[in-house]
Order: sequence, then structure tokens, then C-alpha cells
Amino acid sequence: MQDSEIKQAIISIIGDIAPDEDTSNLKPDVRLREQIDLDSMDFLDIVMELRKQYGVNVPDTDYMQLATLDSCVNYLRPKMQGKTLKV
Amino acid sequence: MKYDAIIIGAGMSGLAAGIRLAMFDKRVVVLEKHYVWGGLNSFYQFKGRQFDVGLHAMTNYIPRGAKGRPLTRLLKQLRLRHEDLDLHEQNYSLISFPSAKLRFTNDFSVLRDEVRREFPAQRDAFDNLTRAIADFNELDLSAPRQSAREVVRRFVTEPLLEDMLFCPLTFYGSAIEHDMDWDQFVVMWKSIYMEGFARPTKGVRHVLTLLTNRYRELGGELRLRAGVKRIVSRTGEAVGVELENSEVLEADCVLSSAGFVESMKLLEPTASAVGCMPMRTGNPTADAVGLNGHIGRLSFTESISVLNPGAMPTDATIIFFSNRDRFEYRCPDELVDVDSGVICMPQNFRLDEPIAPMVRVTNIANHAKWCALRRDDGVDSSVNVPADWGQGLGARDQGSGSNPQSPIPNPLGNDAYTAAKQACYERSINAITPRHLADFRPQVSMIDMFTPRTIEHYTGHLGGAVYGSPVKRRTGETPVKNLYVMGTDQGFLGIIGAALSGISMANKWVLQRDGVLTERDA
Repeated sequence: MQDSEIKQAIISIIGDIAPDEDTSNLKPDVRLREQIDLDSMDFLDIVMELRKQYGVNVPDTDYMQLATLDSCVNYLRPKMQGKTLKV
Repeated sequence: MKYDAIIIGAGMSGLAAGIRLAMFDKRVVVLEKHYVWGGLNSFYQFKGRQFDVGLHAMTNYIPRGAKGRPLTRLLKQLRLRHEDLDLHEQNYSLISFPSAKLRFTNDFSVLRDEVRREFPAQRDAFDNLTRAIADFNELDLSAPRQSAREVVRRFVTEPLLEDMLFCPLTFYGSAIEHDMDWDQFVVMWKSIYMEGFARPTKGVRHVLTLLTNRYRELGGELRLRAGVKRIVSRTGEAVGVELENSEVLEADCVLSSAGFVESMKLLEPTASAVGCMPMRTGNPTADAVGLNGHIGRLSFTESISVLNPGAMPTDATIIFFSNRDRFEYRCPDELVDVDSGVICMPQNFRLDEPIAPMVRVTNIANHAKWCALRRDDGVDSSVNVPADWGQGLGARDQGSGSNPQSPIPNPLGNDAYTAAKQACYERSINAITPRHLADFRPQVSMIDMFTPRTIEHYTGHLGGAVYGSPVKRRTGETPVKNLYVMGTDQGFLGIIGAALSGISMANKWVLQRDGVLTERDA
């Protein structure tokens, strides 16, 4: 999966979790928490959706890697290799 | 087949927990002993009209886009949009005591101004209390228990103001007589005074339809008329349930919204005798009295008067009243205490379409006194009223094939129970009119009333205790492994609170523990 697709996968998951939020203009290098209303329960959901949709496992010690869209892409790049985007 | 989780009770907490588990492909079943879902917040039909059982208002109202509040957390966890709830705000509410009145709305500054007007000497006290509440983290479950009365008295020195501020918060969510836990007080203060009241046009039905549809879309299994006879445990560990029809269901985990004592009573006698009694709660008083200390003493009557179209005895949405300046939130010695209560006019939310005007009056009632009244079944069943209604904990309590959608005993019956209902209805209305709203009696087209017996039957809460046990179990844990309580007895109340309780228990004890994050895929 390309970097742009990984980003799209994350944005799509956030859109599912928080349907009231506008996810169209998220800045890639700013913490997601600062841009939209996400708490630790929501990060749990992001992780669970990654597992459900892509079979990707994110141990809880790695949660901080999901802080920004850029860091998500960097962290998930090896794990998402060869997977197909589901949006 | 073995379930990942069995959920007892299709109320707000059970359905919300079910949604969370079904969302992540858990094998889950929600078991409901009645024909209809909703639990404490169910609905029924009577003489062609729709009624909500418990709902006056939804608390925790915030407009779309407000961040980090319970309602937004709930919406995200259940993947709902704000507009899905169809919430309409209140006009205003009133705290009405003989010597003072305080108005409040969904804008906190209104209450603050009212306190300054009625209690000028308490203005700083009120602001300091407000600040202490804002600074307190009610989500920190490890905070020591404190009496809310004691904390509030450190700030507010005028007893009338203290009682007036407590009145709505206790009525809408205290399981403790004349007090609350401080953290519960903070939760209620924020949800009622700082956030506020709203209601879907169609009342609780709308919320329940939303939840049951979502649960079913996700593939969740909901079984109605599936009362649990016992929770099956082996070596101190819950392994499933046996239903009333003797069917046994196995599961890794049981999440029960039946209440703490009620769930303990569902355990096999041996299990409770060996492993579970006496209950240790950390609360010396409760421990000294054993399980009985866990049964709540606060139950209520609800007197519902449907009015002729166009009738408007007040434009207030909810009135919290006391006819004495010292407000007593206690189980009364008589059937009902009509001198304090809550009056709700559901038509006075800012709805898009008008609904039939009604006045609902909630009064504190004595469960034991109501249970002692003779009730003549023959009279009731002859007029299309189910014989299984209002029977307390009798053998026929689980339903006998009659229609639960019209569960209200016949007001024309001539037994002691029905006569008491009529008398208490009259007294309840006499106590509020014209004191708190215009006399609406000439405009009443239909009357309905339920009592602690009705509540006990409908919710299964012992003693008809609407807010459950005075001793809350914040983590949901019980003395039995893999059995957790959620909903009222976990400590979160109201529709939003109960749903969040179900969500957090499902997250904590199934999704997180279950290796969703760790070992299974590692």
C-alpha cells in the first residue's frame, strides 16, 4: 500500500469513528488530537479497526506512533505492505 | 456454540455494550426477560397512546461539535451522528421551593444569575463551588468516596440554597438517601446544570430504535422473553447462564445490567455460599449489614395525566419542587411523599412537531408499603391488563403470556392496591397545583400511574430501586471472575450515563482484555 493510501485508510477509519467531524482538511504533521476530538477510547477504536480491516496489530506500547497522520504512515508502512485499501 | 459475551438486560447499558462487541465481531447475545427492550427506560402503549416508562429528559445535552463531553464520547463509541438522536432542547426548568425559586436552562449563566438574585450573600460561595466542580476529575475512579453534602457545605452556607441545588440532582440520580457521593454529584451537576436537558420528539423509543437497529445491523443477537434463571459458575468463575426455559448458554464473560445484588442472587446458591458471601465492598456500613445494605431504598411513583390538546398549565419543561424549605430525599414512612417531586411536561421541549400535552409527576415512594397492599388480579385481567403486572417478586413475575405493552393496572379496580393508586394520584396532583403550575385537572383526558411494584417488575431491581444500589461498583468487578455489573450499579445513571457504562465495561472487560490489542495476533 502506498503512503497516500495508508493516509486515506486512517482518515477513513477516523471518519467512521467520528461521523460528526470534518476529516477533509487534516494536517499531516499536527497531532490528530489537536485537530479533532479524539480520546484514548477513540485511539483504541482506530487500532481495532486497523486489525479488523487490515489484519494489522498495534500493541498498546506503540499507540504514540499514531499521534499524527505522518507518524501513522511511517509506523504502518511495513505493516500495511501488500494490503489493499478498503474505503 | 460458546459466546464471547452474554449480556443480561436489553436496557441502555446492555444494548450499548452489545453494539460495541458486535462492532468488533464478538459473538454476543443480549438477553431480555421482557417482550420489549429498554429496561428502566422502556416504553409502552396504553389506550392507543405511546408512553415512556422512565424518561423525562435526556441529560448531558451539548450542541454538535462540543468536544470531550459524555455525549460526544457516546456518539463516537456507537458511531452515531449528533443529528441521529433528534435532540430538542428544553424551554427552561425550575427549582421551586416555598421561599425561593431558581430557573435554569441549558445555559449555565442563567442559573448563576438566578442564584445571585435569590441568594446575594452566596454569590462567591456558588462561584467557588462551581470552580471546585469544574476542577474535579469525576472520571478518576480511584478518588476516595466523599459525601456531597459535606463538600457542598464547605462552600454553600445557606441550607435553603444547598437543598435547592441538591433537589434536581438527587431526583435524577441518587441511590443514597439525602445525599450523593461527591463524584456522582459532580457528574450530575455537569450533566444537568452545565450541559442540560433535551429530548427526541418520539422520546425514548427513538433512542431505543437507533440502538437496536445498530446492534442488529452489526449482527448482534437479541433475545426477548429470555429471562435468566441463574448465572452458571464453576470454581468461582462465571461460565454462562441458564435461561428460564432451562436452555444453557456458555460464554467467556457475563456482563449483567440486572443490578449487583440481583446478579449475586442469580448465582447458584453454592457459589454464593462458598465464594461470595458476605460481600465485601470496602464500605464498612454496607459490609456490616451484608447484601441487604446493597438494596436501594429509593423508589418512586409516577402519575401521568394526559391533557386535552392545547392545554398548557405551564411553559416550564421540568419543575423540581419541595413544599417544605427543608427538602427530604428519603424513603417516606407512608406510601408516597407528595410534598416533593419532579413535574415534567414533555411537550415543553422545543420540538418540531407538537405532541400530546401531559404532566408527569414523580414522587418518592415506599416500596414495602406498596407491596403490602392486596391486589385483586381478577379485576385487572378482565379489562385487558396483564395479570403478571405489579406482582412484586412473585412466581408469575417472569410473564405469563399476557401483553406487556399495556402494563398498567386498571385504575377502576376495587382492590386495596388500586384504591391506593387513586388516592395517591389525587394527593400528588393536589400537592402541586396551583402552587407550581396552573390547575390542569379540568383538562385531563386520561390518567395513568405506576408504583414501586411496577418498577420492580419492569426493571427487576429489588425494592423497585430506580437508581439501584447505594453502593456502586465502579470497575464493574464482582466477587465472581468473568462476571461484571454495568448500568445503574456500576455507577453511571441516565440514558447517556447508562450507555457509557455499557460501553466502558464492554471495552474494559472484553475488547481490551480479550487480546484485541495484544497476544492473539502478536
